[in-house]
Amino acid sequence: MNVYCGSLWANQQVCPTGKRKNFFDRVALCYANAVRGNMAKAFELANTQVLRGAVLPKSCTDLLGRKLFLFLLTVQGLGAFALITLGVILQKNGVAKNVIRPRIRQEIARAGVALLPMFFFVALALGFLVVGQTVSALARVGAISYLGSTMVIIVVREIGPLLAAFLVLARVGTANVIELGTARALGEIEALEVLGIDPVHYLIVPRVIGMALGIFSLTVYLIIGALASGWLFAFLQDVPLTPGDYFKQIVESLGWLDFALLALKTIAFGFFIAIVTCYHGLAQPLRLEEVSRVAVRAVTQGVVVCVLIDALFIVLYLVT
Amino acid sequence: MNENQNIPAIEMCGVNVAAMHDASFTVVEDVNWSVAAGEFWVVAGQEHSGKSDLLMLAAGLMPPAAGRINFFGIDTKNFGEAELAGRLRVGFIFQGGQLFNQLTVAENVALPLQYQRNFTALEAAQQTRALLELLELTPLADVTPANVAANWRQRAALARALILKPEMLLLDNPLAGLGARHRQWWLRFLARLAHGHELLAGKPLTLIATADDLQPWKHAGRKFALLHEKKFIPLGMWDEVTAASDPVVKELLAVHLETMAG
Repeated sequence: MNVYCGSLWANQQVCPTGKRKNFFDRVALCYANAVRGNMAKAFELANTQVLRGAVLPKSCTDLLGRKLFLFLLTVQGLGAFALITLGVILQKNGVAKNVIRPRIRQEIARAGVALLPMFFFVALALGFLVVGQTVSALARVGAISYLGSTMVIIVVREIGPLLAAFLVLARVGTANVIELGTARALGEIEALEVLGIDPVHYLIVPRVIGMALGIFSLTVYLIIGALASGWLFAFLQDVPLTPGDYFKQIVESLGWLDFALLALKTIAFGFFIAIVTCYHGLAQPLRLEEVSRVAVRAVTQGVVVCVLIDALFIVLYLVT
Repeated sequence: MNENQNIPAIEMCGVNVAAMHDASFTVVEDVNWSVAAGEFWVVAGQEHSGKSDLLMLAAGLMPPAAGRINFFGIDTKNFGEAELAGRLRVGFIFQGGQLFNQLTVAENVALPLQYQRNFTALEAAQQTRALLELLELTPLADVTPANVAANWRQRAALARALILKPEMLLLDNPLAGLGARHRQWWLRFLARLAHGHELLAGKPLTLIATADDLQPWKHAGRKFALLHEKKFIPLGMWDEVTAASDPVVKELLAVHLETMAG
């Protein structure tokens, strides 16, 4: 039995299945086995019976193959991990403030403040790229006065949040996997358990909160920077557009929904990037040499998750 | 010495110990073991005899595969979130220390205080400094574990386990890989803890240590046990150990005799 990941997991070992109290416990525990055992073992566990038996007849599930099962188990594991983390965030709000608050500050600094110089540069470049392309395209159809609205559609709604998420994934997400994977391989998680410190609370919660807030605020800075540099480059390309007109266009094409969805989207990016990277660092008992392989996998899945979330939000846009 | 003396710190009945990383594999079977408060046990066994797994179980870190286990008279299989108070009564030192590599030695030691007692960094620093002083770790306080020699890392782990003032301390092969001077220091310090150290208000600490060599632990008043071929065999006091005819015991003793002869 693994001993890591305190609260919910330990409960499972203590009380029999019938005595669950709240919704979080129950959902998390359905999935917990896949996270706790390693993936190969998870095939033998009872909870995959649901997966194998419930929806499809046996001939179909045989066709699905091992890869798909592994994929589904990863999704299961990530879902469980996300729920466990959410549960811990809610349950242990205010516990051990003197440790967790400085840790959250640390993580915000790492996933936010420390990346500001890079984001300044990227904002500059982004404004240049988008304007360089759109000016020539819009000039051809004589719609150069729509530059501001184009910037909003491209930078505010799509590229800005996604780029910010990818950059943070590359710089902080990879570090997460490697740090946590190494800690797991060196037995630090067990050491936390021994001291009665919930590893999810101490290691994961600050990272999740820090990254969600980090990506959110970096996106805001990135968008502001890109919009400003966009006008600058338009001015340098002799586009007849006064700053007043440009920003007026921008303001007019922004709705309240943009702000709400931007906040939701970036926070979702941060939450899930942190979940994916931490899950891969922590969930499986690693050996040191496996850490690099897992880091690559985590980054790939991080990108996939971000794109999926983005797709979900496009659907939201289209519906509302 | 006190009223707690009567309640065993750990009581195992017919316990099967599963391997730490593979719950389906049983490493030790049918353990019947009672550790009274204030006792000093040394559990010997060769490599892969399940010493660490037994110790993890005795610390309440994993549930037994079968059987019944009581901690301080509380009937529980292991210490989950709800039994946090129970878990904190037990200190545990891993072989090699397993310090948190991202933190300095002082931060490592202060972390349990800050997390469990919600001390601020400043409040924790006072107690931490005193303990580091006692264990001669002061010069290493601001160094990260990677830059600390293994001998001292183990000692920092002792500081981290003692900072919450546990009633029972479990040590996984504490003498492994230590230099001669450090071995002596550990044996002396553990003896002081067992008798009652001013650090723990003079209360005798219940100690369980594992070992792959019995000789250094030779001391009156300690109890010995052997793990061999999935069995847990209590040997009794030191004179009973030396009198034992079991070839494995002889081997665990001879390791040292040979090196002395050579």
